[in-house]
Amino acid sequence: MFDRISATFQDIVRSITGKATISPKNIEEAVEQIKYALLEADVHVRVVRRFVNQTIQEATGERVLKSVTPGQQFVKILYDKLVSFLGDERQDLTLKGPDTLSIILLAGLQGSGKTTTAAKLALHLKKKGRRPLLVAADLARPAAIDQLETLGASIDVPVYTDRSQKDPRAVVKRALSHAKRQAVDTLIVDTAGRHQVDRELMDELSRLVRDLSPDEALLVADAMTGQTAVDVAKAFNEAVGITGVVLTKFDSDTRGGAALSIRTITGAPIKFIGVGEKVDDLEPFYPDRIASRILGMGDVVTLVEKA
Amino acid sequence: MAWLMDRLRSLWGGARFDEAFWEEFEDLLIEADLGAETAFEVVEEVQRRVKKEGVVDVEGVREVIKDVLRRYVRAGGFSLPDSGTVVLLFVGVNGVGKTTTIAKCAHFIRSTWGRDDVVLAAGDTFRAGAIDQLRVWGERLGVRVVAQQPGADPAAVIFDAIQSVERRGGGVVLADTAGRFHNRASLMDELAKVDRVIRTKAVHADYRRLLVIDASTGQNAFRQAEVFQETVGLDGLVLAKYDGAAKGGVLVPISRRLEIPALFVGTGEGLEDLRPFDVEEYLSRLVEG
Ligand SMILES: Nc1nc2c(ncn2[C@@H]2O[C@H](COP(=O)(O)OP(=O)(O)OP(=O)(O)O)[C@@H](O)[C@H]2O)c(=O)[nH]1
Ligand SMILES: Nc1nc2c(ncn2[C@@H]2O[C@H](COP(=O)(O)OP(=O)(O)OP(=O)(O)O)[C@@H](O)[C@H]2O)c(=O)[nH]1
Ligand SMILES: [Mg+2]
Ligand SMILES: [Mg+2]
Repeated sequence: MFDRISATFQDIVRSITGKATISPKNIEEAVEQIKYALLEADVHVRVVRRFVNQTIQEATGERVLKSVTPGQQFVKILYDKLVSFLGDERQDLTLKGPDTLSIILLAGLQGSGKTTTAAKLALHLKKKGRRPLLVAADLARPAAIDQLETLGASIDVPVYTDRSQKDPRAVVKRALSHAKRQAVDTLIVDTAGRHQVDRELMDELSRLVRDLSPDEALLVADAMTGQTAVDVAKAFNEAVGITGVVLTKFDSDTRGGAALSIRTITGAPIKFIGVGEKVDDLEPFYPDRIASRILGMGDVVTLVEKA
Repeated sequence: MAWLMDRLRSLWGGARFDEAFWEEFEDLLIEADLGAETAFEVVEEVQRRVKKEGVVDVEGVREVIKDVLRRYVRAGGFSLPDSGTVVLLFVGVNGVGKTTTIAKCAHFIRSTWGRDDVVLAAGDTFRAGAIDQLRVWGERLGVRVVAQQPGADPAAVIFDAIQSVERRGGGVVLADTAGRFHNRASLMDELAKVDRVIRTKAVHADYRRLLVIDASTGQNAFRQAEVFQETVGLDGLVLAKYDGAAKGGVLVPISRRLEIPALFVGTGEGLEDLRPFDVEEYLSRLVEG
């Protein structure tokens, strides 16, 4: 249970980092405050516990208590641990060389940002000299194909559509043979949104992935997702074996704790974040920035780095 | 998944509720997205009442829990006049389900309130494919869609739709808007303008603003509600995507602190998948799974 401390996490950090000595009491208070900050940032409650348990021992060890600035040390260890939980360094897409066709598949809940992200990735790859083809395999959402076509046209990337089909697997199969005849080196497949509890649609997705064996099967998840992020990530990972994650809508003021939940549960790297609705609003994922954001730390990091 | 009562039952050691019990209970509420602070307050209150009322069994605790939560959650009825102009403006952040909710709501209004004079206004002139999406729904429903070109002024489109029903002696306008984040001042200003145009140019209309939130959103939904409330004032909430695994617990702090009534839940992607919000159903799912 939390001791309701009126001070914010930052205040606690400030008070603790100012101290030359550190007591079990103020450590305990800081730990409670950290848990609270993580939960309010929507990190899953079990992930919070795991993180805190693994961190606290080290952060309150002898090395810290005997250091000249135990408070700073404590916060620094905590922050570094969070960064490493989030994945240490940034990772780009892993694709084949330009002579072989690479395949990227996007999956996720309804409205998470798959179609928009498909266009963003296409632009990203195009800028790197690749020749992507967008594939409209969402046949369920009204006007999903129009949306992808409009986005494709806006970045001058071709879009493969087949409005006569009812089965996404058939569309994808045709798109593959179409791609082989065109000057295309990367397929980006947009799929329909689905809930992880929808067995039928999750099975359909598994079959699609089996047909395609994509180089990248990306989970597109909304950074504002709450505690269910864990179940979502787990279910999609089981169904398609995700190779990476794109967290969208980071331009909201969400703290984005879902990043920590998803990363911990799947182990899959977070490769990009979406930071707006426009096609160039895609950024690499920097674990340190997101760690500060989750903790609501801001300038505290610089404070600690100076220690 | 075994949910609250099952897990509480398994926790039920002897005849006492110890620290571990309450801690687990708090975790379960947090897992339902109530947020740490609200979960803490709920636990405290339940704990106090259990002690005071001498409750000794799991069923008794369940009733106390529900009772405490029932006082927090605000449900609103939804009713419509038989005639005249009604404007329902749907607002919310990106991808929560506004456009789909509009289609479902149009269906609901026609089938439940018998009003066939429903018109959809394509006020999202920004997102790729947004107008096409609303048109597809309009065709499926067999209702008129008032739209202009992509990039057109949303206030003008919605005002067009209102005028078109007023010329016919009234009607229900369901107005779509582009998804926007509450922390984007320029987009919120644009929405305030839409709101102002409706209020000043459709003075006789029965005008209501509905915020759509996604049941799987965490604590950010509270901020959304707070800022949309400040910007346009809200008459009700729609909890969309309630057919997934998410319990939509963030509705509890929203309801409690902002006092915006929940009107509907969205339970799927089809036209029939909209139900009036039912507190008891919501609480059962929150507490029992
Ligand atoms: N602000 C912001 N909006 C985003 C971002 N990514 C996507 N969106 C918006 O979120 C909404 C949903 O995005 P889509 O790309 O249609 O999502 P989807 O996953 O394809 O949705 P379905 O196909 O219906 O499952 C749209 O309004 C997008 O413009 C982002 O990073 N930031
Ligand atoms: N399962 C389920 N899906 C829903 C529900 N409501 C909407 N959706 C889906 O969520 C996705 C986004 O819905 P939209 O209605 O386009 O959302 P929006 O808020 O209008 O999105 P933007 O206009 O891009 O901001 C679509 O795939 C819908 O089919 C619901 O209650 N349950
Ligand atoms: Mg899509
Ligand atoms: Mg919409």
